[in-house]
Amino acid sequence: MSITEIARGYAPPREAESAAGSSGPARADLVRLTPATARGARVPRWLRRTTGPVVLVALWHLASSTGILPAEVLAGPGTVLSSAAKLIESGELQAAIVVSMSRAMTGLAIGGSIGVLLAVLSGLTRLGEDMVDAPMQMLRTVPNVALIPLLIIWFGIGEAPKIALIALATAFPLYLNVYAGIRGVDQSLIEAGRTLGLSRWGLVRHVILPGALPNALVGLRYSLGIAWLALVFGEQINATAGVGYLMANAREFFQTDVIVVCLVVYAFLGLAVDLVVRTLERIFLSWRPSFTGA
Amino acid sequence: MATQLHRRLNAPAAVAVHGLTRSFGTRRVIDNLDLNIQPGEFVALLGASGCGKSTLLRILGDLDPEFSGEVTVPTRRAIAFQAPRLMPWKRVWRNVLLGLPGRPDRARAERALDEVGIGHRADVWPKVLSGGEAQRASLARALVREPDLLLLDEPFAALDALTRLKAQALVAELWQRHGCAVLLVTHDVEEAILLADRVLVMKDGVIAHQESIALPRPRDVADPEFTRIRGELLDWLGVRQGAAH
Ligand SMILES: Nc1ncnc2c1ncn2[C@@H]1O[C@H](COP(=O)(O)OP(=O)(O)OP(=O)(O)O)[C@@H](O)[C@H]1O
Ligand SMILES: [Mg+2]
Repeated sequence: MSITEIARGYAPPREAESAAGSSGPARADLVRLTPATARGARVPRWLRRTTGPVVLVALWHLASSTGILPAEVLAGPGTVLSSAAKLIESGELQAAIVVSMSRAMTGLAIGGSIGVLLAVLSGLTRLGEDMVDAPMQMLRTVPNVALIPLLIIWFGIGEAPKIALIALATAFPLYLNVYAGIRGVDQSLIEAGRTLGLSRWGLVRHVILPGALPNALVGLRYSLGIAWLALVFGEQINATAGVGYLMANAREFFQTDVIVVCLVVYAFLGLAVDLVVRTLERIFLSWRPSFTGA
Repeated sequence: MATQLHRRLNAPAAVAVHGLTRSFGTRRVIDNLDLNIQPGEFVALLGASGCGKSTLLRILGDLDPEFSGEVTVPTRRAIAFQAPRLMPWKRVWRNVLLGLPGRPDRARAERALDEVGIGHRADVWPKVLSGGEAQRASLARALVREPDLLLLDEPFAALDALTRLKAQALVAELWQRHGCAVLLVTHDVEEAILLADRVLVMKDGVIAHQESIALPRPRDVADPEFTRIRGELLDWLGVRQGAAH
């Protein structure tokens, strides 16, 4: 009797067994726990991660070579590779990437700075909050792409409207996340900072801004994602250079292979930029006791 | 000992509180409270949960200006809270130096950390410290400011029994070396009697009882006088109602 009492501390007694009146302590269900070193030994991570894409490309190749997927609809991987090689050889692709990349980065630099600046302003001061936050929350509901006609009227059809569109699109994610980050800083840490004799500026520098950094990097990642989206839309506006221009030209001549090359380039640029943010997070957030994934 | 006494007699009080009142809404949590603490005196504050101990400490630490009454405290104060409240984005030694005027060098932080026995942890992020280590880092951060008044709000409450004993001994030693006035909020009656010159019991918004502890240090829990004081304080805290006499 007393033994089942003790067992109940860990798991409910199994009715059937205790009813059977078995002598001695009830046998417990055991589970063997495997250490992390033993768990990881199955399939290497890189192999698991590359299987999906490889299978996809293989299917694509199969469909193209058997004629199920005609070249006018979508060129096969072989054709895409050779046209990519041609574009690289002539230097067209590199030039286009440089133009697109610099558009995206210029837009992001302008929009990001504005977003961060406004967020700091409204995050730190009551006055800033009242003047900045309400209009920002209102404006962010307007889809950026819907502004293209206005931007063309204001800035013409050169570089300016493209960069303005990217700047507009990237300002909001950074604004929202940095603002939330600043407002979300642990109040008890701010209090501790005050008891340590930090001035107002010292609190901002040593407590509030570092505390908002994780959110700021989340904002940066969103902004980069949107910068790419805005770039694709922006480059539809009468572009004379860049990846979008390459794509528009290819469309004129039904070169689906070139279009796919451009799509792949967009994807890789996106991935590269994401890698940059991940690296930034590793460097600047190494203090964070965060979950790294199983 | 004589110089100590002299200092206590002549110097102005480290803490002088007169007619302190603090209300939340219509509830007076602190109601016309008087309190004096001499320089270098170790005072422990006991009281039931929710009786306003932390509220009093926050007022003395200048974290809560919404009070009425007269409060005088030293300009050099330091607080250690129940949670260590280290900045997670600063390495331990930078946490210790945070907020010090001028450009204090790392050696100063290391000395303070050595003093509390975690000098070898100076370079790590706070996230890797154990609970006891983090609490000691918080103590080092308070002491490196060389305060005249050290306010401690249940700094050992979250520690296991063994670590708590070590931390208490450490605080006693540090207090004797630094000679600052200490106000320690605690729920542990034995801890209060072990460490303090004077134990206060807070009740209904005032200091309802105080007990000077004249026992020689280091103190022994088994001392009959110790037991007597403990019994008395427990009565005041309403823990042993009826059973005492
Ligand atoms: N900011 C606040 N707003 C409203 N009520 C508060 C606030 N801070 C404290 N109180 C109330 O004041 C009372 C005293 O709180 P305090 O934190 O000082 O208690 P305490 O003595 O430190 O208790 P414990 O021993 O549990 O820490 C509590 O009833 C609490 O609810
Ligand atoms: Mg409290």
